[in-house]
Amino acid sequence: MAEFNASVKDQGDISIVYLKGFLDAHTAPVLENTISELIDKGKYRIVANFKELSYISSAGLGVFMAFIEKIRENNGDIKLSSMNDKVYNIFDLLGFPLLYEIFKTEDEAVKKF
Amino acid sequence: MVVKSRTENLSDVREFINSLVRKIGISPEVSEDIILAVDEACTNIIKHSYKFFPDGEIIVKVKYFDNKIIITIIDYGENFQPHKIHKPDLQEYYKHKKVGGLGMYLMKTLMDEVKYSSVPGKYNQVLLTKYINSTS
Repeated sequence: MAEFNASVKDQGDISIVYLKGFLDAHTAPVLENTISELIDKGKYRIVANFKELSYISSAGLGVFMAFIEKIRENNGDIKLSSMNDKVYNIFDLLGFPLLYEIFKTEDEAVKKF
Repeated sequence: MVVKSRTENLSDVREFINSLVRKIGISPEVSEDIILAVDEACTNIIKHSYKFFPDGEIIVKVKYFDNKIIITIIDYGENFQPHKIHKPDLQEYYKHKKVGGLGMYLMKTLMDEVKYSSVPGKYNQVLLTKYINSTS
């Protein structure tokens, strides 16, 4: 079975979420729980680092859509970084660059807060 | 390939398609598109046809001929009619808190043809076709 995990590192008041593995309809709840927990703790400045993400389907993109409004209402944001070409292509196909800031590196994303 | 209608089986379906497209010699980029489209189709079946009932059957068949690959996915769940598939306007999604619908758009974009058919009360079928050029 293709695994997924999401780990979190705090950098000041920014939470870096490291996505690893395969993000599909089966594993999306793991990411949902991770982001939900951050929100519960009042952490609204999030960088999602995709460097070790091998695969994403629309279920994975849907997780970001589900939380972005609440995060932005609380003056936060989810910035995305470090995608490989395959993953970026899916975000691009669905028009995500119009709604989310996507950066090549984690550092660039963090600096934007 | 026949799998039960559980999301835990999506990775097995992806691996099944992956092994076949490799044998055919399809390029990695095109292979990735096909694998994702099949994943999206199966996910929709689990969510909408079977409504997460875990013991439904999903049948995945692959044919390759005349430089095209046709993947047929059959289920015995409820019929659902795909709405007109258009590029989702994410601003509207954001405004109206919509989350679903991205999968169908991906299928339509990643494959060359997507055809739905069903016999009410019997089965639903989606055919995903990708034309493979000779340089793939």
